[in-house]
Amino acid sequence: MNESSPATAAPLVRLIDELYKLPGIGPKSAQRLAYYLLRMPAAEARALASAIVEVKERVTFCSICQNVTEVDPCRICMDGDRDRTIICVVEEPLDILAIERTRGYRGMHHVLHGAISPIDGIGPEDLKVSELLQRLRSGEVQEIILATNPNLEGEATAMYLTRLLRPLGVRITRLARGLPVGGDLEYADDVTLARALEGRQEIES
Amino acid sequence: MPVPRMYKTEGVILRQRRLGEADRILCVYTPTFGKMDVKARGVRKTTSRMSGHLQPLTRCMLQLAQGHVSDVVAGCEMLESFQPLRDDLDRLSRALYAAELIDRFVPERTHSFPTYRLLVETLRRLADANDLDQTLRFFEMRLLDQCGFRPELEVCVGCGSRLEAVDNFFAPISGGAICRVCAGGSMGARTLSLNVLKVLRLLQHGSYDDAMRVRTEGSLAREVETHLRSFIVSVLERDVNAAAFIERLRREGVKHAVEA
Repeated sequence: MNESSPATAAPLVRLIDELYKLPGIGPKSAQRLAYYLLRMPAAEARALASAIVEVKERVTFCSICQNVTEVDPCRICMDGDRDRTIICVVEEPLDILAIERTRGYRGMHHVLHGAISPIDGIGPEDLKVSELLQRLRSGEVQEIILATNPNLEGEATAMYLTRLLRPLGVRITRLARGLPVGGDLEYADDVTLARALEGRQEIES
Repeated sequence: MPVPRMYKTEGVILRQRRLGEADRILCVYTPTFGKMDVKARGVRKTTSRMSGHLQPLTRCMLQLAQGHVSDVVAGCEMLESFQPLRDDLDRLSRALYAAELIDRFVPERTHSFPTYRLLVETLRRLADANDLDQTLRFFEMRLLDQCGFRPELEVCVGCGSRLEAVDNFFAPISGGAICRVCAGGSMGARTLSLNVLKVLRLLQHGSYDDAMRVRTEGSLAREVETHLRSFIVSVLERDVNAAAFIERLRREGVKHAVEA
């Protein structure tokens, strides 16, 4: 990216080039970050560098749920108190954190590492779908919760998985879609409102 | 006339990509400004009031504010959701294919009302039609026509003589049908049966209703698709991504049917 300039030291140019490769970082941001790192105390810079190296060397994917972990199988898959008959299928590892934050789910997880996006050339073969099928072979799993994002790619992925898993005889459920907490009805779009009406529930007294 | 700082336009959202923490860049096809990228801020948050209105394959009215690099969505309202597309993977995959073709064929900021209307009508048809593939073939042929890549189906692209009512050849690189005599010297020419030629001509000249009245199933439909697809790939000089997904769904559909 940077042409070598006599005004910039070569190691700094290299750092700018490496930072520029990160998503969302433009040439100016890369320069600003590089100069920030340069002014940073040496101990902090070393801690950052070792954290990057450590994450690459020690963090791996769980061979069961495909979540990122430092021990394989991960802590959730090793937890004997969890319900092994339910698997919640999510797009990204961060989605597991969101579901775990609710403290209302005690089943297992499965990370697909993406969603089907035919326009971008991302198909089922690019996701961890075969690993999910492998988990169902044991016959222990009774329910699959499809917790992909409620957008077009997430819906496409959910529909594809439904088609694929239905012949296996497991119960397939989808996270409810509808109005968000704190939202205004008048701003709701037709699709969301229609889904909310479809999924309406009787108020229990 | 210069575009005002805030302006309104309707459009169909073709695709989207993530930007930063919670934003998206939307590729929108509009009848007045053509295809353009716009920034939608905060639409990845669950509390966003706009996110539901700004999903791909929706027709919506956008209020846009001019930005430095790309214009920013200031407000929006969904006009048409094409809901059946979202409930059926076969319909959805074909609609995404249509959106990808528009994205690949149409240059940025070049408006064409007929092409916009073709896209909207095709999305409506895919949401409703029984023969999804024939609907897509009609769309492909009309899009090629409107973008200036109409395949030649009346005369031989090699010698210019009228094609005889026999099996001929189809040469995408040369621009259409080619007679038996000239086919030898044309790269990548494939046999074009008379029935397939008739269907292709109907798709080119007939109305949508005419095209849907013809029953094209099995090998005839596959042959029409293969020829049109090879022509599109030859024009674009690249594959269409969504086609691979449609093919996969077909293969797996057949596999499930066999296993059942």
